[in-house]
Amino acid sequence: MSEPMVQVHNVTKVYERGKQKIEVLHGLTLDIPKGDFVALMGPSGSGKTTLLNLIGGLDKPTSGEITVGGRRIDQLGSGQLANWRAHNVGFVFQFYNLMPVLTAEGNVELPLLLTKLSGAQRRKNVSVALEVVGLADRAKHKPRELSGGQEQRVAIARALVSDPQLLVCDEPTGDLDRKTADEILGLLQVLNRDHGKTIVIVTHDPKAAEFARRTLHLEKGQLLEQAA
Amino acid sequence: MTRTGFVIANLFRKRVRTILTLLSVIMAFLLFGLLQSVNTIFSAGADFVGATRLFVQARVSFTTALPLSMLPKLEAIPGVTRVAYQQWFGGVWLKTNTQLIMFALEPQRYHDVYPEWKMPEAQWQAFERTRTGLIVGRQLANQYGWKLGQRVPISSNIWPQKNGSKAWEFDLVGIFDGKDEDWQKRTNLAFMQQDYFEEANQFGIKGRTNFFILQLAAGANAEAISKTVDAMFENSPDETKTQTEKDFNISFVKQIGDIGLMVRWILFAVFFTLLLVVGNTMAQSVRERVPELAVLKTLGFSDRSVLGFVLAEAFVLVLAGGLVGMVLASLAGAMVEKATGGQFLLEVNGGVWFLGVAAIVLMSLAVGLLPALRARRLKIVDALAGH
Repeated sequence: MSEPMVQVHNVTKVYERGKQKIEVLHGLTLDIPKGDFVALMGPSGSGKTTLLNLIGGLDKPTSGEITVGGRRIDQLGSGQLANWRAHNVGFVFQFYNLMPVLTAEGNVELPLLLTKLSGAQRRKNVSVALEVVGLADRAKHKPRELSGGQEQRVAIARALVSDPQLLVCDEPTGDLDRKTADEILGLLQVLNRDHGKTIVIVTHDPKAAEFARRTLHLEKGQLLEQAA
Repeated sequence: MTRTGFVIANLFRKRVRTILTLLSVIMAFLLFGLLQSVNTIFSAGADFVGATRLFVQARVSFTTALPLSMLPKLEAIPGVTRVAYQQWFGGVWLKTNTQLIMFALEPQRYHDVYPEWKMPEAQWQAFERTRTGLIVGRQLANQYGWKLGQRVPISSNIWPQKNGSKAWEFDLVGIFDGKDEDWQKRTNLAFMQQDYFEEANQFGIKGRTNFFILQLAAGANAEAISKTVDAMFENSPDETKTQTEKDFNISFVKQIGDIGLMVRWILFAVFFTLLLVVGNTMAQSVRERVPELAVLKTLGFSDRSVLGFVLAEAFVLVLAGGLVGMVLASLAGAMVEKATGGQFLLEVNGGVWFLGVAAIVLMSLAVGLLPALRARRLKIVDALAGH
């Protein structure tokens, strides 16, 4: 696990809200090796989600360097960054963010529309991804016909389907009951352990963090400690 | 699933709203198709007529008759090769109570001036020698199933006979065709003998007519001859207004008003309303799914792709409604044409379709561009955070 997947070096992020400038991250440095499963914890406003967004290429740092899978993503333009995200990172959100008009398989297939795969190949990959998350029998169901846990599994299948090496998850169990949350976290563990995915999750829940290999604590935009 | 499938699925996320919007687009393009066809009839109906004939009418109005004594003077004008005349009869086919476009005229002169009408010479001669003779265009004959030799009772809503009856009896002696497709479309006319009209009408109208039609020599200056004619009768009891046949046809229909201008204003109102309705639907649709659009960008769809999705939704909506509306307009036009026996050629032709497709493209851009630009500008982090 020594080869770095994510390297964050001296990163600062400043948001402008009207005339006010808010510095959320202050010169943060962090390395996440390939195959790691990291939980980011900390109080609200500590910069967890901001850091996750930067690692996932959803936002750009005000200063500093971010390298993911050997690529300096802080230097990419918006179009290049979109293309990079499509092929290198999968996202899981607290509220699943599935497309309500599409079935489970339609949602999972969505990222594959950005590839050159044939329709048949896309359907095959979708089927495999839904199999991995245990929802093959729900392929034709729309999100409103699924439970919260099932929706999150579909979201995980969507994150996995283009086979990215990095998964970033923002409070993936924040909207789920304990039992379902543990199932989802167990699934992430399997993806990390058996499929070699590097996973970074943001969570407020210490029990959720226990599923990770290690937990990083942020406070006021700085990394406090690193617990094994 | 394909990108097109995704666009269509998004369109039907609010089924009722989309269907209502679609109906408003269909109605707008139905109106567009029909009104534009009406406009075509009124503005371009005489294009193929050309400018080789002049129409002379009374300066005051064509309902005021001119004396036939003007005929030799008109024929003597250099550049005029032949003069015909025609008197409005106002015929009504009694069995169906349908208005006919019917004139009383002198057969030989009319035959000479209108070589575009094709009819066997024997029938022209029969028309000339039969006092109660009637010739009709092919369309009219087909519409009412009239056959040569048939006795045709036609009423006049203007001219009663001397015996007080408005019903006139005619002998159908000829059926004429047009020389080409354009002229064939005008074979909804009927002509009777001027002599019969003069002898039989109760008001004793004799030696007068509504129009003189001047056949010009090849290369003759129509404008100069028009001025000569009008100057010739200036300050007389029968002042004239002379214009080319094409201009006459246009000014005839413009008596109702400037049809083109009316159609443009109605269509402006229709499309402006449509712009508001569909534009609002699109804007609302984008507002409702800001987080979904942000997720698309998160998954790797570029700003341009997201812009394309929203524009495509607007295009599919307007295209579907527009095409259905235009098809309905074509069907309605055909029905009107059939119901009026071809007298009102409400044809949604290629030109109208071309304008319709152009309107579809422009309308799609007009209603889709602003919401699409908004979607393009969305910042993922802000949109996901609900800002």
